Formats: sequence, C-alpha cells, structure tokens
Amino acid sequence: MALTTYVEAIRQGISEEMERDDNVFVLGEDVGIYGGAFKATAGLLEKFGETRVIDTPISESAIVGAAIGAALMGLRPIAEMQFADFISCAFDQIVNFAAKCRYRWGAGIPIVVRAPSGGGIHGGPFHSQNPEMHFVHTPGLKVVCPSTAYDAKGLLKAAIRDPDPVIFFEHKFLYRWPRAKEELPSDDYIVPIGKAALRRTGSEISIVTYGAMVYVALDAATELAKEGIDVEVLDLRSLLPFDKEAVLESVKKTNKVILLHEDTRTGGFAGELAALISEEAFDYLDGPIRRITAPDTPVPFSPPMEEFFLPKISDVLRVTRELHAY
Amino acid sequence: MTKTVDPHILAMAQRPALPPRETQLKILYYMKVVRELENRIERKLYRQGKILGGVYVGRGQEAIAVGSCIDLRADDVVCPSHRDMGAFLIRGMSLRTIFAQYMGRKTGATKGKDSNMHMGSLEHNLIAFISMLGDNVPVAAGIGLSFKMRGQDRVVVCSFGDGATSRGDWHEGLNMASVLKCPVVFICNNNQYAYSTPLERQMAVENVADRAPAYGMPGEIVDGNDVIAVWNASQRAIDYARSGNGPSLIECKTFRMTGHSAHDDASYVPQELFEYWETRDPIRRLERTLVQQNMLSDAVIAEMEKGINAEIDEAIAIAEKDPYPEPEDCLRDVYFEEQ
Repeated sequence: MALTTYVEAIRQGISEEMERDDNVFVLGEDVGIYGGAFKATAGLLEKFGETRVIDTPISESAIVGAAIGAALMGLRPIAEMQFADFISCAFDQIVNFAAKCRYRWGAGIPIVVRAPSGGGIHGGPFHSQNPEMHFVHTPGLKVVCPSTAYDAKGLLKAAIRDPDPVIFFEHKFLYRWPRAKEELPSDDYIVPIGKAALRRTGSEISIVTYGAMVYVALDAATELAKEGIDVEVLDLRSLLPFDKEAVLESVKKTNKVILLHEDTRTGGFAGELAALISEEAFDYLDGPIRRITAPDTPVPFSPPMEEFFLPKISDVLRVTRELHAY
Repeated sequence: MTKTVDPHILAMAQRPALPPRETQLKILYYMKVVRELENRIERKLYRQGKILGGVYVGRGQEAIAVGSCIDLRADDVVCPSHRDMGAFLIRGMSLRTIFAQYMGRKTGATKGKDSNMHMGSLEHNLIAFISMLGDNVPVAAGIGLSFKMRGQDRVVVCSFGDGATSRGDWHEGLNMASVLKCPVVFICNNNQYAYSTPLERQMAVENVADRAPAYGMPGEIVDGNDVIAVWNASQRAIDYARSGNGPSLIECKTFRMTGHSAHDDASYVPQELFEYWETRDPIRRLERTLVQQNMLSDAVIAEMEKGINAEIDEAIAIAEKDPYPEPEDCLRDVYFEEQ
C-alpha cells in the first residue's frame, strides 16, 4: 500500500469529514482556488464547491470570528491560519470568544483552527514559530500537535468532531518529509485527543516530547542504544488536555526524564511537565528533570543560526549521557 | 469592476413609514420596561450593594435596540452590545433571568459565570457579548454566512457603539461580511462618548456611516432617539439583507445620558449636552406623538407604567431569593460535559 504524506493525511481528513457531515466547511486565506499555501486543501473547492470552501480576505481575526458565528449556528468550521505565526492576529477571538462561550453561557464552539507551525524550513521569525503555549494556557481550548501522518489525520478528524474549540498545530517541516509518511488505514478512524503514544520503549531514561522533535528523540535513542543506554520516547500528541498518566507511568518506570520541545524555553510545555513530575512522581526520580528546548529568542533565519536554535540530535545525546551518568 | 454605493442611503424597499399602532405600543412598552429595569439596576440594586461589578445602562438609547429588533423573526439572530437591553427583552429573556444575572445568581443567564449585559441564549437566538468591543462583528458575519450557506432567509442584527468602530475586528468584520455578502444589519449606537473619549478623539470622519461605502455596503444615518426612524431604517436594512443583498450599516445618533458605568459621574461631559439631549428623550417623544395622534392617553400610559412596575417588583423579589451558584460550580462547563 502506498505511503501517505503528513499533509496529504490532513487533506484526506478534511475531505472525509466534509463528506461525512454537511456541516463541515473550510475557510481561510487562499484555501480555495489555490488549495492552501501548503496545499492542505487542494482539490476541496472542486469537490465541495465554493459554498463550503471559502476564500477569505486577509483577516485572521475575522476568519476565526466568522468560524465562531457559524459554529454557534450548528456548523463545524475548519479555519486555516496560513502560518501559525499569524494566529496572534486572531488571539482575541480564540481566547476570549471561542474559549469562554461554553463556560459563560453554555454555547459550545466546535471549531478547528488549523495552524502550520514550526521551524527547519528557513522561514525566519514569522513563518517558523511554535505558539502552542499561548493556547495551552487558555482553559476552554484543546491543543494538539501531531507528529505522524496517521496521527495528523486521526487527530484532525477527532478535532472536527469535538464539541469544543481545538487549535490544531501542524508541523510544516513534516508536511512532505518522507519519514513522516505512513500507510494509512482505508477505514475511518480517529486518534483521541489527550492520549500520548509510546514511540519507543526503554528502561533507563524517558524523553517526553511532541511534534517534529519526536524524530530527533528517536534518532538520538538509536545512537544511544549503541552505547548501551536504553531510552523511552513518549510522544504527547495533545498538549491540552495532555496524557498525565502516560507521562507519570513512563517516569515511574525509567526514573529519569528529559523534556524536549522545539518551542522556546521559558514558559514552554516542559516547565508544566516538570512541575507535574515533581508533584506526583518526585520519589521515583533518580536524577534531575532535564529540559531540551529552543533558546529564548525569536526564530532566526540564517541557516547556521536556525540550526543552532533548533534542538537537535547532538543536544539530546549530550543531555542523555549526562543524565545517564548522574 | 467598481461598485459605488450612495454613502447614506440604503437601497430601499418600499416600506410603510409608520409601524401599526399595535407595534408602536409594543415599542413604547419595551422602551419603558428597559428604562425602569435599568433604573432599578443602576439606581437601586447597585447602590444597595445587591449588584456588584460593572453596571452599564443605555438610558436615553432605548430606541435603538427596541426599534431595530421589534419586528425581527424569532429565527433571526441578535448580537447585542452593552447598551441594548431592549434586545434581550424582545427576544424573550425574562426579567427574573436578567435580575438574577446581575446579582450573580444560579438562575441568571450565565449561572453566575459572567456579569451584567454578558448574557446570551441560543434558545432566544441571542449571542452573548464580550468586553472586547467589536468582537461580535466578525461573529455576526459568520452567523450570516451560515444562513447563506444553508439557503436560509434569516438575518443577523449586530450592534456596537461608536468606540467599537475603532477596533480592528470591526473593520475586518464589516469587510468580510460585505465580501461574503452575509445577511447582517450592523447597528451603531453612536452615543458620542466611549467611556470618557468623545467622538472626535475616536475617529477623524464625521459619521460612522461614512465608512460603509468603503466596505461596499449601504450606510444610513438616523436619529437614534426617534424610535420610528430607527424602526423604519431597520426594516429596510432587514429586507435588504433578507433578500440576499448583503450587509448594511445604520448609524443611530444618540447620546449616553449616564456615565460609562455606574461608578462614572461623567463630569467630563458638558452639562448643556445632557440638557439638550434630555429634550430629545426617545420615550417621551414617542408618548407625545402617540398622544397627539390620539393613539394613546395619559391614563393608558399610567396603566402601562403601573403594570411594568409590578412586573419588575415581582421579578426582583424572585431573583433576590434565587440561590447563588455552588462555589465548586466554577469548575464546571469549561468543556463539554456528558449530561
């Protein structure tokens, strides 16, 4: 069976959900006739027509606002941010309107905001960011960050069917990356939001990560195995809610943990995980909780700087060896 | 292809200039209920400490929400702003629910989760406003978009103040509603002050409606203290939207006869402005007109007021006895919960 790319998995997910449910529709910048900046909506206009695949003005806030309005009337909008970096323009509609409607007056807002995030594509400060933590800190939202084609499709379908607003971060480096390709089931499936996936089983050190960093962790683990260090890799897949049980279970087994993400350090998800582990698994720890993250800077453009900025295999090797020796 | 739109005139369908007597009496009733309800909220319950937090009333602006919403269909949707109490009443929200909302009771429209005008009810097709002014504009566009997508002939009435028109969301929302031809009637309560900021510090054009042609939609200016004028313009705009022509903008010129909120004495507003606008009070204007036209007598007005006072007394008495929510209820309904 043919392998499917991460971006094609997303396109299939949208298309299948639009076939399944007439209430599902797509809106965003260049999503129709152009098929999306990354072609994640290619062919949908031809298939579903311009009533359900809507090209909008460059108005991120109004794109999300309009999605909220349509959702209030029972539709299931999928709003595309052309780049996750632009989601800041829609921040208010997401965190103040969408996230709080159910709490305030019982009105669910079943929208999906798709946002291509992440670096490694020489996109510079405004086409490479990982803004997930702005939303993880907003009760009422759900936040997912798939790392594989299978998960991208399954989580997107789960997000579309979810009764609450879901911010769906797609790592754009993975869109056409051969290693993220997978054979996908022909049957309908979803990946539940809030469940982690164990990508590699190990006994000595846990690396908890998500998004494109899953591959960095796995590559490092392969190297480390040659040195006799047995590393476990846990892919969170969802950040809000996240799979606390899976994190704690892994830490309680290996007793040493590294938290790895592409997002910057201060206020990153690793801090939240470290707090959880300290509170609920402190007695199991045989070493300090270690973080591997991007530094606290904007995402730089020039290749040597971007390479320095992004967490990489050598960083994981160094920190894992240190923690193993502890 | 360029499209020109007369800046201040809606493409008018033929409409009677006056609503029938029955509608006019209903209009008067709702305006008077709003006035009394808000007097009780601001001048009694708030001062007695029974209402905490922000209190924003629309004294002097009652004609706008009432005139624009009175003849909507039940399946139309209203996105009110914070001086549009009439919209809630006309859509069927009860006085008790409103008082309970202000007093933070479990029986309020948000079960104590949010305060004052931040009320919504999908059952009544009322969309809850949020404090970020103008945020309801793109949301209204999306509601209208859903009607268009489903081939429904429903419309949305979306209200905001003059201050909100400085927000980016207002501009994004008007533009998107027009580009996508959404059936929305945008209603500006131009009460000339946004908190302490007068209109000339808010915008460099004379009228909010001047902006309508820039978005390719008709705009119209009406005397917002003349409820019949508001009704008339609204009916034409509603027809225009319902017939598939897209959005339009009605600017209702009015005046805020209070401070921004109950704690604000509005000392920055020249006294003569209050005096001038007092003479243009929308409720007394309609009463005078109806009496002059022999459609109403002072006795009927007195009877109406008596009835309104009794309704309000009863609602307050019930709401005051309504329970507060359980403290732990603050943890509920962040996400969907299986019932």
